Amino acid sequence: MDLEAPKIKSAEEFFYIQRNYQKQYRDNNRFIVICGDTGCTARNSKAILGNLDRCLKEKDLSETVGTRFTGCLGLCESGPLVIVYPEEILYHRVIPDDMLEIVEETVLEGRIIDRLIYRDPSSGEKYAYARDLPFYKKQVRNLLGGNWKTDPTKIEDYIALGGYEALVKAVTEMSPGEVVQEVKEARLRGRGGAGFDAGLKWEECFKASGRKFIICNADEGDPGAFMDRSLLEGNPHAVLEGLIIGAYATGAREGVVYIRSEYPTAVEKIKTAINRAEELGLVGDDILGSGFGVQIYLSIGAGAFVCGETSALIASVDGRIGEPVQKPPRLVQHGYLDRPTVVNNVETLANVPHIIKQGAENYRATGTEASSGTKIFSLVGKVNNTGLVEVPLGMTLREIIFEIGGGIKEGKAFKAVQTGGPSGGCLPASYLDLPTDFESLTEVGSLMGSGGMIVMDEDTCMVDLAGYFLKFLADESCGCCFTCREGINRLLELVQNISCGRGSLDQLDLLKELAEVVKDSTLCGLGQTAPNPVLSTIKYFEDEYRAHILQNKCPAGVCRALITFEIIESYCNGCGLCKKNCPSDAITGEQKQTHYIDKDQCDKCGICFSTCRNEAILKQ
Amino acid sequence: MKKNTVLGLEVPCGPNGVSVITVLQAIQGYYGYLPEEALEKAARELKVPLIDFYSVATFYKNFRLAPQGRREVVTCTGTACHVRGSEKITEEISRTLGVDIGSTTEDGEYSLKCVNCVGACALAPLVIVDGRYYGQMTSLKVRRLFSDNPTKTEQTVSSGLSE
Repeated sequence: MDLEAPKIKSAEEFFYIQRNYQKQYRDNNRFIVICGDTGCTARNSKAILGNLDRCLKEKDLSETVGTRFTGCLGLCESGPLVIVYPEEILYHRVIPDDMLEIVEETVLEGRIIDRLIYRDPSSGEKYAYARDLPFYKKQVRNLLGGNWKTDPTKIEDYIALGGYEALVKAVTEMSPGEVVQEVKEARLRGRGGAGFDAGLKWEECFKASGRKFIICNADEGDPGAFMDRSLLEGNPHAVLEGLIIGAYATGAREGVVYIRSEYPTAVEKIKTAINRAEELGLVGDDILGSGFGVQIYLSIGAGAFVCGETSALIASVDGRIGEPVQKPPRLVQHGYLDRPTVVNNVETLANVPHIIKQGAENYRATGTEASSGTKIFSLVGKVNNTGLVEVPLGMTLREIIFEIGGGIKEGKAFKAVQTGGPSGGCLPASYLDLPTDFESLTEVGSLMGSGGMIVMDEDTCMVDLAGYFLKFLADESCGCCFTCREGINRLLELVQNISCGRGSLDQLDLLKELAEVVKDSTLCGLGQTAPNPVLSTIKYFEDEYRAHILQNKCPAGVCRALITFEIIESYCNGCGLCKKNCPSDAITGEQKQTHYIDKDQCDKCGICFSTCRNEAILKQ
Repeated sequence: MKKNTVLGLEVPCGPNGVSVITVLQAIQGYYGYLPEEALEKAARELKVPLIDFYSVATFYKNFRLAPQGRREVVTCTGTACHVRGSEKITEEISRTLGVDIGSTTEDGEYSLKCVNCVGACALAPLVIVDGRYYGQMTSLKVRRLFSDNPTKTEQTVSSGLSE
């Protein structure tokens, strides 16, 4: 790394430096990529990197074979992932000890190691090259593609692969008004949830005068969603470039990245990115000799879901408690420090360089008429290929879950998919052919949201799930509006009553009525959308609510008050495993004799059910 | 990025200088929690009413007004973890360590807390001990993790992708 690199003062200088970086990148085309995302790191990918470095040193290959510790490669389920370039051979579930073999066999001999290549869980077919995997084949990885080949700590990699070209084009060839126009024509819609036209927002700020701000909202609070984290960890410069272009277009001279503290790696990566861009003169005064300058600040959240709401976010950037305020006036008129402020989501900003580089028309070629471009979803829950997928807007849920996601785990039946986080809804199998765009999802009572997509199978209880989201929202409500503060808690009580078998059909009606009240009488998005999970589960899974109420049964076997555990005598061989592991000492029985569960003592933790090797435990 | 000093601690600046939140983060980063004395001093130094510090400190989840245990155990309760059974995992940790959610064991060794999502959903259900991630947890893995021989178990738990 050339830390002494002088600031780039013109477009010509930029392209000269870029050619150098590109040459370096091309000359070192033999390299090994190790996924360094939070998921893979948790599975020891740092030790894999350490071992690889050692192996390369031993074989005297340190000079000729490069290593890159990258951001998320997408297929988190099969982590840690390793890709050998230039062939793009993908190895999955790698352990540190495999690295010697990879170096000896693949790097030196060009042989593919059969046991480490990906095997499709449903078809059983094997795939050696990353590009052939069904998981990647249907995706359009415009934004996530950069993660594969870029070391997120190196601005050199990003520039070599065409990064910051859009910024150069914007500040040297286009006026701010033209940039705004381009983004407007691209019909870029906010990826944070509401789907508001980003170009319109920029235009309004562009027209305002005086001190202005642009804020990148990286407070990704939706549980089950990690798109923004992965973009910031894998390709922070793409987000930063979008933010700088946004500042140029809107006339903001100060930008803030507001990021949640639960993402320590992402904080580090974006911090490094800002520093490197400052060193090269891509952030700061007089960028590329254009006279335009912007200062970028980092603001780290302190743990409040409501701060994802833009007015609460601004309060938090200012150091106050994150209480939303009444809109209008809109933030683009009176925002941070009462000045015009634009708040854009991470993914929205990451799209901007693509729009500027390829032009609005080409950008619009992907996606649908009203929702253009791609969208990243975090496909999680009971699906085979858990991970991050990036698809053109408008792809059906079925394609995403079954073709890319590889279907449901353990061959179980699909029950529902939850989109839009705690504000979204649950959709049943009959909506699998619904296109995923902003309008379609809203129409059926769910939301696009930020892109969480949680797949549920027959073992998920929808009443329990509704309770889960209500509990989450009750915890996270800032307490400002009475109907949100108290209403969500009362909704939660009603749902908990039902899941305990104390519900009645009257309560179900009350639940619906109260949900509408909360929806209509709260100030911000949190309260207004809080009843969505309840309303959508009642709408599509009323049978399940009725089974809890009328038959005192939880069909999925989740709600504790309504299930019992029993030992089937003929299956029990008296091994004693359940007795040994039971935390409440509820199981009795002599060695090699049938065991029994004392139902009064049993607290239904289910450990016996999961430990029994003879399937002798009956849950009903 | 610009910085300023409060109570001798470095505090990063935003467009509007230091804020109550950044000051509290710096104090907690140094002490591990927010000692009353430090809050009083900071309030005097910045000429901000003490109540502002307390309102922010109690609004946000990350701030702690009491010292924590030597080891921090965090369970993720995001949706993906929930549908894969995180509730039972949290319960098992609470039972194994003898500590309630949000509190610290009597000997001051462990603190247990829940967070709403750490974004490592492929590893669900997930437990984090002192910043180290343990994925695809089961009740039995929890017991092994906190058994008498933690080093050995830590390796098996973190490297074993399934039971």
